[in-house]
Amino acid sequence: MRPRPLPLGSPLPLLLPACSFALAAYAGVRLFADDWLGVALWLVGAALLHDLVLLPLYALADRAVARGLDAAGRRAWTMYVRVPAALSALLLLVWFPLISGTVDRRYRSATGLSADGFLVRWLLISAVLFGGSALLLALRVRRATKRRPPAVH
Amino acid sequence: MGRAPFPRVLPAYRRIMRDDDPRLPSSPGFWRSPLRGTWFTSVLGLVLLVGITVLFVTGLVSYAAYNPGLSPVNDQTPDKGILGFFLFAWPTNPYWLYRLTQGLHVTLGITLIPVLLAKLWSVVPKLFALPPARSLTHALERLSLLLLVGGGLFEFTTGVLNVQLDYVFPGSFYPLHFYGAWVFFAAFVAHAALKAPAAVRAVRRQRQEQGDLVSPRPEPATVSRRGALWFVGGASLLLFVTTAGQSIGGALRRTALLAPHGWADPGGGPGGFQINKTAAYAGIDPAETGAEAWRLVVTGRDGRTVRLSRAQLLQLPLHSSALPIACVEGWSTDDQWWRGVRLRDLAALVGYGGDPPDAFVESLQRHGAFRRAALRANQVTDPRSLLALYVNGEDLSPDHGHPARVIVPAAPGVLNTKWVARITFGDL
Repeated sequence: MRPRPLPLGSPLPLLLPACSFALAAYAGVRLFADDWLGVALWLVGAALLHDLVLLPLYALADRAVARGLDAAGRRAWTMYVRVPAALSALLLLVWFPLISGTVDRRYRSATGLSADGFLVRWLLISAVLFGGSALLLALRVRRATKRRPPAVH
Repeated sequence: MGRAPFPRVLPAYRRIMRDDDPRLPSSPGFWRSPLRGTWFTSVLGLVLLVGITVLFVTGLVSYAAYNPGLSPVNDQTPDKGILGFFLFAWPTNPYWLYRLTQGLHVTLGITLIPVLLAKLWSVVPKLFALPPARSLTHALERLSLLLLVGGGLFEFTTGVLNVQLDYVFPGSFYPLHFYGAWVFFAAFVAHAALKAPAAVRAVRRQRQEQGDLVSPRPEPATVSRRGALWFVGGASLLLFVTTAGQSIGGALRRTALLAPHGWADPGGGPGGFQINKTAAYAGIDPAETGAEAWRLVVTGRDGRTVRLSRAQLLQLPLHSSALPIACVEGWSTDDQWWRGVRLRDLAALVGYGGDPPDAFVESLQRHGAFRRAALRANQVTDPRSLLALYVNGEDLSPDHGHPARVIVPAAPGVLNTKWVARITFGDL
């Protein structure tokens, strides 16, 4: 039996990562210089937290909403829940330190600004998003009912 | 007992069944969304290709804006080696240059978050694909993807936390974000070179949808692929309109509903514009800034030194300039009307008439990375560069640097030293 060649793959996609890794290693040595464990935890942790926690959580929530509405015979309503919920959650994700108030004291003393408004404004934006979505859905449902012939009862 | 007549067939059969078991994320059937596919991923990928390139370039530009080569006090990443190959003397024209580049960097970064999340969502089945590595090439590619995904999320997370003053990351922001950017960009370039040609082809083709990302048993659609892209774009737009006002300023600051320096200005009146660090936060002792106690020490050629009270400074020719404060955190103020002594006039007092050199500025601040800052000769020479004593027609307020602060066109905010105690002119 002839020895099988090593599964090396083609040379160009091998060369490109090699250059990329060289640069990443050059910068990585400096990135890891101070607190290598902390930085490694953050780098790998960011990928794991996103791929194994955040994404499954929102995907499951989305599937629950879609299936719940489907079971109620209202599959077409999914986007009217998904859009405001996702936008509101996105704003919370990005501005979590300010909205949750975890940096209140530092923020106030550094910038001279009040830190109270962030939670209220996020809630108001969320209310507008959900309210606007509900209004659009109500208008759509009403239009659909009007179009239906009155004999159908 | 007459069973299992085909023992050799079973292992292969079982293997196929396991790979196709839709309860396992390693099986394509596990992923039910009808949106996934090459076209959808390619559109998002090409948006990120352009956007992240702009982020990287504006980030490098921001590093150059600090003039790190001039003095160690300006350089938060002194071990950069060849990673600082691009550095250049930062200009003072146009005076809004840093306001533009850094506003773009931070606002665009925040705006791209939905695109990044959507892109990662669109390719997540590949994360679970088995076997983990088919060849050495494939193994390297997957390791590179860890740097790409981990590095990208690291850059976005540290940036987003830093602008909210939430310093929970492991170390100082500057080296983490700068070296992290190089690690990320190294993986990004390799990924883009491998995938961009196919992505361009997929978008040009406009034809749906091939590739191993397509679900073999999709659920019924609740939204079209185009609808989903509009959704991602809408999310970006929402982040943009609730953030950009902190950089654009004027009446639009009110529209930055959730950005750290949006919504409102601190207080009113002549000093009612954004503050990076208040006097209290910087640990400024009011006893040191009073008319009796405070003296500006200016040192120049051959150690020539003058000590000036604020009253003596006011006897020197005063000049005005309208300049913004632009912070590395992306926010900026509108042009403020500063009035004070030209830096080059101070240099002339200590023996540098006509040929102002670099300057080393020290604050009364006891702590903080930028209590000392170096200015390059072109910044000192610019007639708009002032040691400001007034802003908008009134004395500087304590939070804006009373008794005196530096203001230089196009310089990052932290180089506009507040509560100045000493200026040393000379080549650095």
